[in-house]
Amino acid sequence: MVGEAGGFGYTQFMSTTATSPQVTALYDAHVALGGRMVEFAGYMLPVQYKGVIAESKAVRERAGMFDVSHMARLRFNGPRALDYLEWATTNDVASLTYGNGHYSLLPNDRGGLVDDIIVYRLGETEFKMVVNAANHDKDVAHLRSLDTSDVSMEDYSAETSMIAVQGPDAAKIVASTSSKPNVVLSTPFFGVLDVDVCGVDCFAARSGYTGEDGYELQCANADAVKLWDGLVAAGVEPCGLGSRDTLRVEAGLPLYGHELGDDMSPIAAGLGWVVSKTKEFNGSRFINEARANGTPTKLHGVRLEGKRLPMPGMKVYASDGSREIGVVSSGVFSPLLECGIAFAFLDASIKLETPCAVDVRGTMVPGQVVNKRFFKRG
Amino acid sequence: MNVPSDLKYTKSHEWIRVEGDTATIGITDHAQSELGDIVFVDMPTPGRAVKAAEILGSVESVKTVSDVYSPVSGEVSASNDALGAQSELMNADPYGSGWMVKVKIANPSELDALMDAEAYKAALS
Repeated sequence: MVGEAGGFGYTQFMSTTATSPQVTALYDAHVALGGRMVEFAGYMLPVQYKGVIAESKAVRERAGMFDVSHMARLRFNGPRALDYLEWATTNDVASLTYGNGHYSLLPNDRGGLVDDIIVYRLGETEFKMVVNAANHDKDVAHLRSLDTSDVSMEDYSAETSMIAVQGPDAAKIVASTSSKPNVVLSTPFFGVLDVDVCGVDCFAARSGYTGEDGYELQCANADAVKLWDGLVAAGVEPCGLGSRDTLRVEAGLPLYGHELGDDMSPIAAGLGWVVSKTKEFNGSRFINEARANGTPTKLHGVRLEGKRLPMPGMKVYASDGSREIGVVSSGVFSPLLECGIAFAFLDASIKLETPCAVDVRGTMVPGQVVNKRFFKRG
Repeated sequence: MNVPSDLKYTKSHEWIRVEGDTATIGITDHAQSELGDIVFVDMPTPGRAVKAAEILGSVESVKTVSDVYSPVSGEVSASNDALGAQSELMNADPYGSGWMVKVKIANPSELDALMDAEAYKAALS
């Protein structure tokens, strides 16, 4: 093992913040459930309770939940809120009907990304946004730097908590704990509603980041433990950051800092589908150019033969080892497929189903270039 | 955390059981717990000479990887083939069926530098 005490384990999750980490309203609940706490994006969060494989399977087969309170929550209001968000984000905000949301991107002015986000439209002039914890301060500063005339932005992250309940049974279980089960069950994917869950008033969105159906529930900090405990009692499996990562890679979902970044094109990451072709937005000229001209590399999935663990930075080679064709950006052992899976930025000429090899710590492990959606709920 | 009293330990979380001139080596309960679900174990082939504190192999879990260091110098006499198909034995039974390699000890005096169970427990706390 790595020699220094504490120098091994889930190092991928350890960030190097200068200040001491914050805790969420659920910290004591995680510890009481045996969660192994690590620092992630400035917060102490559970990397796992029982184990990454068991938790991943719980989400794929029944329902699991994640404390995602560290993610930041913003509210926008005002007569120019729609125009502001059309400029600030890449997806077509005007296409959102009231009470619906979508995945989107926060572009910078040079074709890269400040963050990837979710935008919800509550009414004509009222919106909410959820952004990554690691980018919280950067996003707020960036959003304030744009033309905010006639728009108010409120950061309500600190006083609220957020729990993501995910899995084929997630909506059914959430509905069973609500006084409005039919509304919970009939709300469409990415629809939002104000509803009671386990006796707690929630802002509920039918979305998540695991490739499964489910809800992301926002509530007041004072109610977070009641909501969490109620969901545990209803049969939802508590899950940590470890399974959150295996599940999002299986589902083909990118992570900022790995597949997305300030100087990385969303076109290379395969996110052209969330970039409007009709509107002008911050940096749209550069993203449109990347779409028209192509990017030198493109993000694909790589499925390895066997159980070796691909990790970010590992090089991908042609199957005969003759030339390097790309580099791994995210890698996990997939509990679902029982093999190593990765995202990799590969030369744009590389086609799906191309045999390849990944240099895993000095061993060339054979694999194949595949669609990065390793898992798709049929 | 399980720390058997009849074994010796390294500060890098390997354990060693000495029987005659043979050392059986594995990773501790603490180490397997920190790593999480172990999915692959890279082991040296028998016959290889190793030095104390040299990398003996590595252990890959669902999310991370760690090197395993040899507590002693000597020649690898066996590796645990069962881990090839059942790497989870390292999680379930780290001091028993989850052992990793056996080394024929070249220099018994190196054992004096290792920790006993009490010292290892103290190092963990």
